Parts: sequence; structure tokens; C-alpha cells
Amino acid sequence: MPSTPAGSTLSTFASIRRLHPYVRSAIPPLAGGLLSALGASLAALAIPHVLQYVVDGPLARGVATHDWTGLAWSVVLVLAFGLAEVGLVALRRNLVMFPGTRVEHAMRMAMFRHLQDLPAAFHDRWPGGQLLSRVMADLGLLRRWLVFGLLQLVLNVCTIAVGVGVLVATAGWLGLVYLAGALPVVVIVFRFSRRYRVISRRSQDQSGDLANTVEESVHGIRVLKAFGRGSDALHSFTGQADTLRRTELHKAGVDARLMAALTLIPELTLGVCLVLGVWLTGTEQMTVGDLVLFFATTAVVGGPVVDLGMSLSMTINARSAVDRYFEVMETAPELTDPERPVALPADSRGHVALRDVAFAYPDAGHPDRAVLRHVDLDLPAGTTTALVGLTGSGKSTLAMLVPRIYDVTGGQVLLDDVDVRDLARHDLRRHVAVAFEDPTLFSASVRDNVLLGVPESGPGAVGEAERDRRMHEALEVAQAGFVHDLPDGVDTRIGEEGLSLSGGQRQRLALARAIAARPRVLVLDDPLSALDVTTEEAVTRRLAQVLHGTTTLVIAHRPSTVALADRVAVLEDGRITAVGAHSELLATSAHYRHVISSLEEDYVSHDHPGSAVTPADEEVSA
Amino acid sequence: MNTPAPRRRPTDAAHDDETRFDRLTSRAVRRRSIGLLRDLLRPHVRLLVWAAVLVSASSAAQVAGPWLVSLAIDVALPALPGDVVPLAAVGGAYLAAAVLAGVAIGTYRRVAARIAQNVLLDLRRRVFRQTQRLSLEFHESYTSGRIISRQTSDLEALRELLDGGLVGVISSLLVMLFTAVGLTVLDPVSGLVLMTGFLPAWFLMRWFRKHSQAAYREQRTWSARLIVKFVETMTGIRAVQAFNREATTEAEYDRIGQAYRDANLRIFGINGRFAPGLLLIGNVTVVVALAVGGWRVLEGTLAVGVLVAVLLYVKRFFAPIQQIAMFYNAFQSAAAALEKVSGLLAEEPTVVEPAEPVDLPAPRGELRLEGVRFAYGDGPVVLPGLDLTIPAGQTVALVGTTGAGKSTIAKLVTRFYDATDGRVLVDGVDIRDIASPVLRRNVVMVTQEAYLFSGSVAENIALGRPDATREEIEAAARAVGAHEFVTRLPEGYDTEVNKRGGRVSAGQRQLLSFARAFLADPTVLVLDEATSSLDLPGERLVQRGLQTLLADRTAIIIAHRLSTVEIADRVLVLEHGQVLEDGSPDELVSHGGRFAALNAAWQDSLV
Repeated sequence: MPSTPAGSTLSTFASIRRLHPYVRSAIPPLAGGLLSALGASLAALAIPHVLQYVVDGPLARGVATHDWTGLAWSVVLVLAFGLAEVGLVALRRNLVMFPGTRVEHAMRMAMFRHLQDLPAAFHDRWPGGQLLSRVMADLGLLRRWLVFGLLQLVLNVCTIAVGVGVLVATAGWLGLVYLAGALPVVVIVFRFSRRYRVISRRSQDQSGDLANTVEESVHGIRVLKAFGRGSDALHSFTGQADTLRRTELHKAGVDARLMAALTLIPELTLGVCLVLGVWLTGTEQMTVGDLVLFFATTAVVGGPVVDLGMSLSMTINARSAVDRYFEVMETAPELTDPERPVALPADSRGHVALRDVAFAYPDAGHPDRAVLRHVDLDLPAGTTTALVGLTGSGKSTLAMLVPRIYDVTGGQVLLDDVDVRDLARHDLRRHVAVAFEDPTLFSASVRDNVLLGVPESGPGAVGEAERDRRMHEALEVAQAGFVHDLPDGVDTRIGEEGLSLSGGQRQRLALARAIAARPRVLVLDDPLSALDVTTEEAVTRRLAQVLHGTTTLVIAHRPSTVALADRVAVLEDGRITAVGAHSELLATSAHYRHVISSLEEDYVSHDHPGSAVTPADEEVSA
Repeated sequence: MNTPAPRRRPTDAAHDDETRFDRLTSRAVRRRSIGLLRDLLRPHVRLLVWAAVLVSASSAAQVAGPWLVSLAIDVALPALPGDVVPLAAVGGAYLAAAVLAGVAIGTYRRVAARIAQNVLLDLRRRVFRQTQRLSLEFHESYTSGRIISRQTSDLEALRELLDGGLVGVISSLLVMLFTAVGLTVLDPVSGLVLMTGFLPAWFLMRWFRKHSQAAYREQRTWSARLIVKFVETMTGIRAVQAFNREATTEAEYDRIGQAYRDANLRIFGINGRFAPGLLLIGNVTVVVALAVGGWRVLEGTLAVGVLVAVLLYVKRFFAPIQQIAMFYNAFQSAAAALEKVSGLLAEEPTVVEPAEPVDLPAPRGELRLEGVRFAYGDGPVVLPGLDLTIPAGQTVALVGTTGAGKSTIAKLVTRFYDATDGRVLVDGVDIRDIASPVLRRNVVMVTQEAYLFSGSVAENIALGRPDATREEIEAAARAVGAHEFVTRLPEGYDTEVNKRGGRVSAGQRQLLSFARAFLADPTVLVLDEATSSLDLPGERLVQRGLQTLLADRTAIIIAHRLSTVEIADRVLVLEHGQVLEDGSPDELVSHGGRFAALNAAWQDSLV
């Protein structure tokens, strides 16, 4: 995550103003809601006055004259104000509820869209819990602020400003004293805002981290259980939750000080005003009526001043939420579609070429940490190439460059002589299918999982019958016949929300998915690792037939997987050091023998215990 | 969910998404939820009382203000200019009240936050502990997203209740009660009018409870679905992007998001009738009180002064009504959230801790399966009846096709599941009688999915034994051949492994998880496809490490690669949960059965 959060240097107002595009259409109803709220407060304020008027006027007169109409009119008047208040309150609620929830939904969808657009490199950096807390908790906070806090804040500030204005204009000395009391309040509010902002942000970040720990504790439940580390996990979770609790308490402490100040200072000022006012009245510089009016007006201002604390902290929390939201939204995707995407030639056959490719992860720091350096590799159209190398040599990274899951940091990847960065991502990925080494299945039916890469509409879409045919063929090739024994066959729901499958089963479905997409280029990342020998043999045999004509890059750890390939490329320390047929490389490349051949065993274990690199390797790379 | 469950769904988890219950279930669920709330608040009764005192003191001090003003005008003013003492006294009292009000409200805010945060910490821990306690069987159907939503957005609802004036409402209710009593004493007829106003309010509350309950349940359910979808999409983002699924996923997320929005709108709608409804009742009651009182004044049966007081009382009675409405709303929201949380907490693990655990004082690691039958829930029988003894110190390889029951044996021996029938014994003790810390210390499993937690490489290895020193961690890494690649990482053992081990390849992850097992140093080690992603040199190193490691301990190895099987003392060929062949690798090869065929195929594949 970036060290200086986006927007942290903005003023609260400037930060919140970034919401404008999302709330634009919501402004009229929100303004209407504000007016209704104002009207409702006025009606509410009017009722006691009307009551007083009724009692003093018609009713007092009525006792003498038995004036029934006077009473009736008063009752009607009070009823009218009462109903007006209720009506305006109901109106306010109805006006703000639609825009509030709409804005929340629109912002949530915008973030989801953006997150799907951001490349894998971003998702490597950002823990899931942080994203989740932004898209759920922060946007929920914002919704509540829009429908409640914002109105409250504006209402409070307006009431206070008008009230203080009236006091200064009408109450002479007393008004000035009251205004003097307002000065420290303003200072305190500003200091509060600054401090609260930091803590509010910290608490929201910490709850995001906590969400992340929860996510990991569930995703890693098997490991925690296997080692009986549940109580250790609980212990460290407790520590983290306690940190959040302390932050929250700190936040409440700052908030408490503001609340105390907002109660204390105006009341103290009023105490001074009381003594001064009574003295002024006593010395006949003021009338009792003036004094009563002064205190009646301050009573109206008092409530909003106390409420100001709450609406302020709510606003600052909303501001942190906005910052956290835009921190993600303002992360420009470093992997984008070109401005003028090139279309792949219609007769494109799927020739992939890597030219002087370099790749380093963005946070790698030192250039020596580059994963790939000066990689040149040709995958001739229609052929199958096996990529062989030690674990961690960069094979998977290299494979991910073809469908642009990552972008090269140097050189280029060409598909039919077109730089993949000049193609629209969707266009490119329609032609390149991947079976990842971590087979990800989604909560959907077997059918939907296998047909994931077969579009339902748009370019490349095929009819229902063809989809069905492809699915069955892909399942057959991947030896995934087990799906027919599932409770609902291919319609059985799998993935997290459905049946859980074994590693080998998942891998076969991921393979079937890549095959069913019928791409021009197929990338298979160690696709058979979890299969047993017999199944592997069967898959290999069928796969070799299907792959005919498809440009395929298959990452292999075992000779049996290499057998799929027409040729083999050896990746060593981020460079391709040899390309050739399997038998050829066995003869010429010591590193290849070391990686793929079991016959090397004696050599390694006897002569160089503990070392994975043989002297022969260095000869090759030198 | 419309998945016809092939397995037994553990108890309530499947009903978790229901929003409309029949009356009886609804009550039971609600009672469970309120019970949890009560249980959570119980340790904080003193603090709650203290908070109530503070908030009452603060309101009292603030209410004293107007009274002091009237005192100043009625008593202190006439005494001037001769006697300033009354003015000084009243002024002093006013200042004192101001300080009291301010200090009390500030302290109240702190105390209330302490209660809220303690309760939340308590609940977070409970949910976390429960999550760890529940069996794998539960996790396989509940989904991680739902647990995350229990821990995040459901808890948020409770927090709002606690922060939003759980205590403040007590003082409001007290004010209402005292006002009602005061009014009735002053003028019983008006008291009656107030009571009449209470009746429709009660019906309105009932209406609100009924409708908001369903609406909030719905909101919680959709919120959980939204989280589930989000977590799933972001976890599988590479696959989503690689297969151009962005538009489809977005449409699905949009659909759920809209349902969530609609659920929120429904709540707003219900609230939008409830809160103004209460206000209406309050305002109309004032009008009725005025009409009745005014009529009596005109009749001459009521003094005008009393009517003024009556009207003030009635007005004051309804003043906190908005606050009560907000509180009741927050309460319904929190109760719906607690329904879900308490449902999770009420789950019983299918793998039960022994009531009277038996210790393993000198574990040797002999494993025995006696007549073990196993089926996942109501699914097909995986193991029809297995008898198997593995003497202490033996390394056994399980070989067979997918579905032969290899992984099931591993899960039974490690007690991830319990046998449907029969017994699993470690050193002659039924593993159901062994306390899980003891069992986990002695029996450890390494699986194919080598999950890495965020944190450093060293921390991840130390998961095997948290108190291990750095030397021990490095020794473990060396033993499995992970040391070389770790030292080549930017910060060696202190390198943070990124999310889902982003920067560490699948093979390297497996090496790290092997190092964990090495460090854990268990009596019985179970390896379930633990080397599948290793390259051959890596595998050779691991095997060499294994030979040392397994020399004096019991091990069960499941591997598709027969190279791993070679180090076994004994091979079991399984099919449909039954042992077809049993013997040392050499014996089986010379015997010429299934293993011999597999071995031949494997030898062929080597170069």
C-alpha cells in the first residue's frame, strides 16, 4: 500500500468534494431533504409558541367568555403544526433514502469495476480484507452520512450561525459575551478535526487489517488445524483486535473531550451571561423581557451545539471513508488497453514470440532482483513448447506475460507480430487461455466453471449445442469423468459454496476450462501435478491430440508432462539457456538433465549434499 | 442456495440464508440472539449502571439551567443592587452545573465506548475461537465469505447499537416514566389521555418489530452474499481476468448489490413510517390533551396554570421519542445480525473434544484402524470397513486412483473427520479420547495446498512450532532444501510473503510448508500430496530430508509420484476403500500386481 494515503493532504471539504460525480444526481433530493428538515424543525419550534399563545390568548379569554370557537381554533392550529412537522419529517426521509442508497450502490459498483480492471500486481500488493472493508464498511458509513450526518451538520451549523447572529444583533453586551464564548469552541472544533481525522483513519485501516486476518484464518484453516495452531491464531488475532479496541477508545476519548467542551463552554458562557444579564437588568440597562428572550434564544442554539459534536465526528469518519475509497479508485491501472487497439489479423495462427523480455516485480527494488532478463523465446504457431526450470526460476511469471496478467518491464511479447500491449485485453485474452497452477473454481455449476472462457455473447460466442459439445469434449480430455457421478452431474454446484473437490479433481476441471475455451494460444501451468500416474497418462494422450494446431506453452516439472511437447525451452536464472527437442537437450544441457532427469540423483546427493546447483549448471549459463 | 446437498449439511449452517421463519423458529432464533446480547453485556453491569448515572447527571445538570435562570430573575434580581449574594450563588450554581454537565457527558462517552469496545472484543474472540473450533466439515459448506461477514458487517451492526445510545435510551425511558407519573399525579384525566396515546404507539412498535425483523434479516443475508461474492472474485481475480469474465462477474455483483440496496430501501421505508408515526402519535396526543384540557378549563373544572403544566409534561414525554425510535431501529438491526452470529456460535463441531481426555505420555506412534467405515455425510461410502495396523516408526505409502480413499485415511488419522463406524487408535488410545492439543502435537499433516499467511517467511515456518529459534527455523528450511531460495529473497527469512504467497512459487510454498512439518517434529507425519508441485531436484532434496526425518517416526505418505513412494517401508494399494496389495515396494514389484504395473509405467516415464 502507498505510504501517503491519497487525499490525506486535502482539506475535509476538498476530500469530500471528490464525491461530486457520484452524488450529482442526488443533490436536488438531498437539498429538498434539507429544506424539509429545516421546515420540520421550524414546525417543531413553533408548537410550544403556539401552545403558549393559545393558553395566554384564546384560552385565557375563553374562560371568561366561554369562547368555544377560540379553543377550537387553537386546537386546529396546534394540530396543523403537529401534522406539518410529521409530514415534513416523512418527506425528508423519503427524499433522502433513494439517493443515499443509490449513491452507495453506484460507488460500490464503480469500485468493483475498477478492482476487476486493476492488474494482478495490484491485488498482490493489497490484502483482501482492506479492499473488503472499503467496499462494505466504508461505503455503508458514507451512505449513513449522506442520509443523516450531512443534513444534521448543515442544519446544526445553520441554526448555530443564525442563532448567534440574532443574539449578537439583539442582545448587545450579552450577545458579544456569547460570541466570545463561541471563539474557543471554534478553535477546539478545528483542533479536534485534525486529531480525530488521524485516529479515524487509523481505526478504519486497522479494522481492514483485522478483516484480512479473519480472511486468512479461514482460508488457511486446514493448515491451522493440521498443526493445531488454533489457539496461537486466536492469540495473535486477539492482539490485533485489542489494538483496534485501543484505537477506538482513543478515538472515543478525543470525541469525549469535544463533547465535554461543547457542553461545558456554552454553558459556562451562559453562566457568565446570567450574572452579567441580571446585573445589567438590576442596573436598568436591560429589561427582564430582554433577558428572557436572550435565554430562550440560547436554548434553541444549545441543542445544535451539542449535536455538532456528533455530526462532526460522523463527517470526519465519512471523510476517512472517502479517502480510503479514492485511494483505491485513484490507483491508475498500470496495465491498460491501448488507446487505439490493433485487431489481430483474421488469419492469425497464434505465433507467440518473446523478444528480449525482462520482468521485475514493482516492489523488487534492486534491478538484480529481476525475475526475467533478456528472454528470447519463440512459440511457433500450432506447436507445443514445454518450459522447464527449477522451482522459482520464473516459469509461471513468464507464462503470465502472454495473456498480460503481468506486463513486461522490458522487451516485448508478440502475438502474430503484434505487441500484446497493442491489443485490447479482452481481445487478447479471448485468444489466450490459461490453466493456473492454483486451480481456482468459482461457486457455480461444473458446466459454468468449464465454460468460463466460452463467451455467451459477442465475438466468439457459440450456440447451446456447441457449448455442450465443447464442455463434454473438454471434460473427456481432462479425464474429468468423475463429474458425472456428482449428485447433479455437470449441474452440480462446486466451489466454495458447493461441493468441495480434491486437488486432482480441481486441477482437471481447470484444465478442461482452458481446453474448452478453444484458444489460439494455450498456457498450461504445471497442469498435471496433482494427477496420479494412470490419469496423467490418459490426459497426456488425449491432450496431445487436442493440442494439435494450438500454440501451447506448458510448464513442466516431470518428463511425463514434457512428453506433450514438440520442443523444450529451459529457463535458468531468468534466462532461456537452451531450446530443443527433449532427447537433444538431455544430451547437451546439463541443467536440463539436472532438472528433469532422475538419473542425476546420485550425482547430486553424493557429491554436493545440500546444494541444488551443480557445477555443470554454471558451465551452461556462463 | 439451491444446491441439493449431497453431504450432510452441519446443522444450522444451511438455514443461515433464510429470512422468513415460521413463528416458532423466529421466536427461538430471536431468543438466541437476545440471549447472546445479554450474555455479552452481563460482565459490564457495573459499567452500564455507572454510564446511566453519568448520562442522567448530565441531563439533570442541563435541565437545571432554565430553572436557575428563573431563580435568578425571581430571587436574585429583586435583591439587587443591595444584596449580590443571591446573584453570586445562582451564578455559581449555574457554573457548577455547566461543569458537571460537561464532565459527566465526556465521562459517559468514554465509559460507553469502553463497554462497546469490550463487548466487541469479547464477541470477536468468541467468533474467531468458534471458527477455529468447528470441524472442516462445517467450513466446507459455510464459506469463508460468510465467516468474514459475521466478523465484519454483522459486528458493525452491534457496534452501532452499543455506540448509538444503549445507555442513553435508559435515561430517556426514565424521563418518560417520571414524566408520566408526574402528569398522572398532577391531573389523572390528562394521565389517562397520555395512556390512550400509548396504545397506538404500542401497536406501531409491534408492527415495526414484525416488519423490520424480516427486513433486517434480509439485509444481513444480502450483505453476506455481497461479501461472499466479493471475496470469491478478488481471490480468483487472475482467473476472472484471464477468461474475460469481468462483465459477467460485474453483472452478478450488481444483481446482489441491488438486492442489498433494495433491502436497505425497505428498511428505510419501514423506518420512514415508524419514526414519523411515533411523532404523529406524540403530536396528536398533545392536541388531544389541549382539547380535553381546554374544554375542562372552559367548563371551569381545570385551572389554566395546571393546563400549562399538563401541556409541558405531555410535550416533554414525547420529546425523546425520536431517540427511542432510533434506538429501537438500531436494536432490530443488531438483533438480526446477532441472529446470524449466534447461529454460528451455536454450531457444534462434528469432531468433538473428549470430556475426559487421555494423555499420551510417551508417544510411540503406532496407528491402528479397526473396522473403520466412512462416508461423507449421506454420501456414498468411501471406506466400507478398513482394518489396518501401522507399527510405530513405519513409513507407509498409500497408492491408488482418485477416490480410492487415500486422503480419507489421512483425514481420519489426523482427526479432521471422525469415522462413521469403527475406531482409529494411536498407541492403543482411541483418538477421540485424546485432547486436540496433544493430538496435534503428535500427529501432523502436510497437504497439497500450502497456504502461507501474511507475515515473514520465518514466521510462516515457525507455524510448525511457535517457540522455535531462528537457528531451528533455518535448520528446518535447510533440511527440506528451502534455505537456498529463502536466502535469495530480498530480505531472506524476514521477507514478507505477499498475499496468497504471490511472490513465492507453488513449489517453494510446498517447501516452506514442509519446513513447518520438520519444525513441528511430530510422532506421526501424514503427507497428502505434499510434493506435487516440486521440481525433481527439489523433490530429491525433500526425500533426502524425509529419510532422516522419518527414520524413527511413523509416516503415511500419499503421493502420485512413485519416487516418493520409494522411501516407504511398506506400500498399500487401495481401491474403493479396500487394501488390494500390502507389502514392501520390492515385494510388490516382484509380486507382479497393480503396484508392479504402476511402477513399470513410472520407470518408463523417467529419463
